[in-house]
Amino acid sequence: MTEPINQIGTWIDIIGILSSVMLVAALLIWVERRMIGIWQDRLGPNRLGPLGLMQVAADMIKIFFKEDWIPPFADKAVFVLAPMIIMVTILTAFAVVPFAPGIGIIDFNFGLLYFLALSSLSVYSVVLGGYASNNKYALLGAVRAAAQTISYEVFMALSLMGVVMLSGTFNLRDIVEAQRNGWFCLSQFLGLFLFIVAVVAESHRTPFDLPEAEHEIIAGFHIEYSGMKFGMFFIGEYLSVTLSSAMIVTLFFGGWLGPEFLPPLFWFCFKTSIWILFFVLLRASLPRPRYDQLMSFGWKFMLPLALINLLVTGGLVLWMES
Amino acid sequence: MNSFKLCIDLILSQFQTLGTVLQHTFTKADTVEYPEQQVALFPRYRGRIVLTRDPDGLERCVACNLCAVACPVDCIALQKSEDQEGRWYPDFFRINFSRCIMCGFCEEACPTYAIQLTPDFEMCEYDRQSMVYEKEDLLIDGTGKYHDYNFYRIAGKSIAGKGKGEAENEAPPIDVKTLLP
Amino acid sequence: MESLLIYVAASVAIISSAMVITQLNAVHALLYLILSLLAVGIIFYLLGAHFAAVLEVIIYAGAIMVLFVFVVMMLNLGNATIALEQSWIKPRMWLGPSLLAVILLSELILMFSQAVSVTAINLVDAKQVGILLFGPYLLAVELASMLLLAGLIGAYHLGRRQTKANKET
Repeated sequence: MTEPINQIGTWIDIIGILSSVMLVAALLIWVERRMIGIWQDRLGPNRLGPLGLMQVAADMIKIFFKEDWIPPFADKAVFVLAPMIIMVTILTAFAVVPFAPGIGIIDFNFGLLYFLALSSLSVYSVVLGGYASNNKYALLGAVRAAAQTISYEVFMALSLMGVVMLSGTFNLRDIVEAQRNGWFCLSQFLGLFLFIVAVVAESHRTPFDLPEAEHEIIAGFHIEYSGMKFGMFFIGEYLSVTLSSAMIVTLFFGGWLGPEFLPPLFWFCFKTSIWILFFVLLRASLPRPRYDQLMSFGWKFMLPLALINLLVTGGLVLWMES
Repeated sequence: MNSFKLCIDLILSQFQTLGTVLQHTFTKADTVEYPEQQVALFPRYRGRIVLTRDPDGLERCVACNLCAVACPVDCIALQKSEDQEGRWYPDFFRINFSRCIMCGFCEEACPTYAIQLTPDFEMCEYDRQSMVYEKEDLLIDGTGKYHDYNFYRIAGKSIAGKGKGEAENEAPPIDVKTLLP
Repeated sequence: MESLLIYVAASVAIISSAMVITQLNAVHALLYLILSLLAVGIIFYLLGAHFAAVLEVIIYAGAIMVLFVFVVMMLNLGNATIALEQSWIKPRMWLGPSLLAVILLSELILMFSQAVSVTAINLVDAKQVGILLFGPYLLAVELASMLLLAGLIGAYHLGRRQTKANKET
């Protein structure tokens, strides 16, 4: 057995990875609005700078300098803590993402479980934010977020077990290497579908953005937030989209693997950006389900499907081996 | 089992939606980039209100107040006055464009085609008071949309010693107060 | 170095556990409980049980505590409850439990003083855990699954919608 945990990045790597991830998340503000504009036959932000790229800077300036207001009726300590949780959990989850051979922060034997653990912790951000706001809409959003995350987390982990069975490891780098003979998106098609749905629900993106449904509960959990604290929720959402895309690529689309003429890092970033665009496409096209539909879809359809996938994959793996 | 099939159908329909939206990558945006690119306005577009004159160059408005009554936001204010011949005209005529919703009801209500809406909506002001247009701001020199219409040619006019309909080739005016034909 | 980390994590766990008991606000108490569980996860990790550490975070901190927070949020405990809690935390109330706890603690200290020191940290792999669970401990796994099944059936019964047919019976 190899060492369970290896640090492969120096401090420079860590700072580089974290800052580029933050940069991507900030750029996503622009990318998302621009792409949704294209798909809805509009233009999107195009006033500031070339192609409207300076919109990112403008949004940043606005978020940084807006009054950071804490409502007097709020639970102050928790109110301040909540937006930090999502940033910390998602950014630390990037530690295990295998960008390319030799590029990354740590090589952890339980990398997949580590990702699951941190993504399950990130729900506290929403739940506590909604609770601490002491506002009925925020509380409704928090309650929705808690129920939704619990339900979808169950089959999120189960949908990944097929990948673990096929590759025989929890180590993300070994999982990527195990896909040399064929990406898992073919053999684990159901798992991929389940994982995408679960990940979208986990990061509260449309069509599963019920915790912040504007039309029903105004803005949900972040209704009382403004300034930088709101910005953390906002960037946290884009960070989790980036993380989810990176994990989809790592687990199902062969990570850094690709034709040799371009470096592995390029292939990883290329695939990840395609999946980020897919998340944006989801937001541009799909409507939000009703809450009871969301719940029954999760428990009555996705969970049995995940169990069937698990059973069939396990059976096939045993049959192939014998 | 039936609901399972329903779920599958619904999921497939979501994928169809995704495909349809993805096709829109290649369609042209409908946006008109307004300040740089002028908007195509139709001749009967309902924009800024003007007061027109008849072909003889006299103002058409007879200060009947129907426009002020019809206005749903009460943005029109006017004061009736009479000249020596007894013809009515507005002493002042004031439209508060910060209230006006460009609905065109005043135009419909006007019996003399005096008040008309024009294809112009660019009326931004820094001072709210500048949005209140007086009669001299509203009155234009032209006839607006109805070039040949002259109210008094059709309605007739009483002059000294001769009432309405008493001149040659004139029909007596309709008595609006009776029900008889 | 590692023992220092363990001591730090352990003291965080102990302090936050104490805060769980003394906090008046239920949600704050739950937050300290989550912190305590995370600290225990760190200890597991440092002891070489990586799998247990990650599962601790996923299952306890990530799932069960979310449910706890969920329920507490729904209860809408106001200032009245805080006052009530305040009245409960009197020396007389926690004299008994703490006395019993002191007995257990002294027993633990006695055991530790006689135990041989842990020489090497034994790394536990996920595969080993799986083999153990479905080998020697199969019976326990099966018993746990029976228990969970009973819980599942109970939850189904409680959550079943009352239709006209079964309301009359």
